[in-house]
Amino acid sequence: MASTAQSILGGASVVTTAERAGSFAACRALLRRDFVLAWRRRGELFLPLLYAVIVAALFPFALGPDPELLARIAGGVLLVIVVLAMLPALESMFRADLDDGTLEQWLLAPQPLALLALTRVIAHWLMTVLPLIVVMPLLGALLNLPVKVLPVLIVALLLATPLLALLGSVLSALAAGARRSGILLALMLLPLAVPVVIFAAGAVAAAQSGMPFIAPLMWLAAALILAIVLAPLACAAALRIAVET
Amino acid sequence: MSRSYLPHWMHWLGSPPNFYRFAGVLRPWLMAVALIGAVVGLYGGLVLAPPDYQQGDAYRIIFIHVPSAWMSLFIYATMAVAGLVALVWRVKLAEVIAMECAPIGAAFTLVTLVTGSLWGKPMWGTWWTWDARLTSELVLLFLYLGVIGLYNAFEDHRRGARAASLLALVGIVNLPIVHYSVQWWNTLHQGTTVNFLDPARSSIAPSMLWPLLVMALATHLYFFASLLGRARTGLLSLESGKQWVRALVGGQPTQTTGAPT
Amino acid sequence: MATFPAPAAPLLSAHRLAFTRNDEPVFGPLDFSLGSGETVLVEGDNGSGKTTLLRVLAGMLPPGEGEIRFSGRAASRDSRNGRILWLGHRPGMNESLSARENLGFLTGLYGTRTGVTPVSAMERVGIAGWIDEPLRTLSAGQKKRVGLARLLLLPGEVWLLDEPYANLDRHGIELVNALIAEHCARGGAALVTSHGAVRFADPRARHIHLVA
Repeated sequence: MASTAQSILGGASVVTTAERAGSFAACRALLRRDFVLAWRRRGELFLPLLYAVIVAALFPFALGPDPELLARIAGGVLLVIVVLAMLPALESMFRADLDDGTLEQWLLAPQPLALLALTRVIAHWLMTVLPLIVVMPLLGALLNLPVKVLPVLIVALLLATPLLALLGSVLSALAAGARRSGILLALMLLPLAVPVVIFAAGAVAAAQSGMPFIAPLMWLAAALILAIVLAPLACAAALRIAVET
Repeated sequence: MSRSYLPHWMHWLGSPPNFYRFAGVLRPWLMAVALIGAVVGLYGGLVLAPPDYQQGDAYRIIFIHVPSAWMSLFIYATMAVAGLVALVWRVKLAEVIAMECAPIGAAFTLVTLVTGSLWGKPMWGTWWTWDARLTSELVLLFLYLGVIGLYNAFEDHRRGARAASLLALVGIVNLPIVHYSVQWWNTLHQGTTVNFLDPARSSIAPSMLWPLLVMALATHLYFFASLLGRARTGLLSLESGKQWVRALVGGQPTQTTGAPT
Repeated sequence: MATFPAPAAPLLSAHRLAFTRNDEPVFGPLDFSLGSGETVLVEGDNGSGKTTLLRVLAGMLPPGEGEIRFSGRAASRDSRNGRILWLGHRPGMNESLSARENLGFLTGLYGTRTGVTPVSAMERVGIAGWIDEPLRTLSAGQKKRVGLARLLLLPGEVWLLDEPYANLDRHGIELVNALIAEHCARGGAALVTSHGAVRFADPRARHIHLVA
C-alpha cells in the first residue's frame, strides 16, 4: 500500500511515497533469508544429526548392550542428547548478523525487534532441531526405547526444544557481543535447562512406568507459552546491548 | 535523566569518589563486628550448644552451612536488584556492585555445597546426595558462574555489566522454578527425599538457635564489608583515568563532590 | 489574519546533545537541525566522535544528555524507525547472499520506495551485472555500491551516512554526492561524516566540526 505525505512549507515540500512492509511480510522475508542461508550450507545441517547418532551409540558401548538397562535409560539419554546437539547452533544464532551489521538494520527497521528475534528462533528451531526430532525413532531403536513411550518422548521434545531455543536465544544474544567462548553458552544454559529436562524426562519416565504423564507436559506447555511472549522481549533487550559498541 | 525523585544522600552516594571514601570508612567496622560475631556464634554453636540427640556432634556443621545457604540466596537477590538498577538507569555504581556480588555469592554457594557434602558423609555415607536443596544450590552455583563468565567475556566492562545483569535477572526468575522442579524430581524418583537441612521446620532448641542467628548476622556483615571493599577496587579500575583516582594515587586529598559525576 | 501555514518541524533536530564515554566527553553539547532538502557534513579526525554521534542519532547509543527529535517528535522507536536509513562501517548485509537476495530481505523489512526495484537501484549505482553474485565475490568498492543501492531502494527521509566515501574511487565519490543531491531534491535530508579529505559537493551544506 502506498502512502503519500505532503506538507507545504515556505520552502521545499517533503514527499515520500513508499510501500511500507507489514509485519507478516517482514517475518516471511526473514524466514526466507535464513532458509536460503541454511540451504547454501546444507551439508552442515547434518552435523547435529550425526552428533546425536554418535553419542547415542556411545552409551551402549559404555554401559553394555543389555536391552533392559538401555530401555530404562533411553528416554532420559535421548533428551540430554537433543539438548547437547542444540548447543552449537544456539551459540551462533546472532553472531554472524552482529558482525556484518545486519543487526543494526534490524534495530532500525519499522518492525518490532522482538518480533524479528522470535522469527529467528522459529527459523532456527525448524532447521536445526526439527530434524533431530524426526530422527527420534531411529535413535530410539538404537537405545531400545520402548515403543509405547516414543510418542510421549516426541511430544515432550516438541514442547521442550522450542522452550530451550527461546531461552537459548536470550543467552545467545547476550553472548553475541562478547568474546567467543565455547563453553560459556552451555554454562549459562544449564541452569535454565534443568527444569525443562526434569519435566520432559519426568513425563517420559512416568509414561514408561505406566503412570499419568500429562501434568509435566502441561507445565512444559505453560512455560512454552510464557516464553514465546517474554523471551523475544528479553532477547531484543540483549540484542540492543550487543549492538551498542 | 531526571534524578529529582532520589533522596539527596542516594544522589551523593552514587558518585564514585564519595562512595569510595564512605565505603573505606565503613568497611573496617563492619568487618570487625562480623569477625566478633563469627567468633561468638561459632563458640556458641561448636562449644556451648548441646549435641543433637539424633545426629550427635555431626550436626554442628549447620552453623556454617545454613548461614552460607541463606547468604547465597540473599546475595543473588542483591545482585539482581543492583543489576536491575544498572540496566534501567545505567548507574555506574550499581554496575560495580552487581558484578562484585557475584564472586562473593559464588564463594558462599561453594561453602554451602562443601559443608553440605561434609554433612552428608557421616549422615548418609555418601559424599554427595541429590537432595532437593543441595541440587538447587548446585544450579545456583552455575548461575553465578554464568554471570561471572559472561561479564568477563566482554572487553567493555560497562556493557558486560549490563549484559551480565540481564542474565542475573533471567536467572532470578529461574531460581524458584528450579527449586520446585527439583523437589518434584526428587519425589518422582523416590530418592533420598528427606530434607535434612531444615532447622526452621523441625523445632530447634534455643541453645542451637541463637548461635545460628548470630552466624547469620555475622555472614551478612561480612558480605557487606567484603562487597564494600570489592566495590571500591572495582570503582578504581573503572574510573582509572579520572582526576579523583589520580589524586588518590598521587597522595593528594580527594575532593568529594557535591553531585555525582 | 495570517494565512501562511506554520513550517513543518525539521526532519531531525538535536538540542544540547552530548555523549560521554568513561566520563570523558566524546562530543557536545551540539545543537543542530536537519530540515528537508538539507545536508550536514560532520567532519573531524579519527577518534573525534563522528561515528558515535551518528550512532547516538540512530538510537544505537543513548545520549548522555540533550534530546533528539524526529519531525518534532521526541526520538523513540515510533518516531525514528522507518524514517532513517543507516550506512555504517559494517556492510549490513550477508556475504553469502547475493545483492538481490540481500536487498530483497531488506525490502521485506523496510518496504520499498515506489518505482524503485533492486535491479533499477543496482543499475543506478553501476553494478547491475553483479546482482546475483554472492557479496563475498565483490570488491570492497562494489560492496559499498551495493550499500548505496540499498539507500536508493528503501524508504527513509533521513540518511545517516558514516564515511560513505570510504573504499570508493573518484567516480564512486561523485556517485555518492549525486545520490545525496537527488535525495535532498526529493525532500530528504542527509547527515554525512567524513575525515574531511573529500570535498563535499553541496556548497549549501552546513558543517559540524568535531575535535578529538
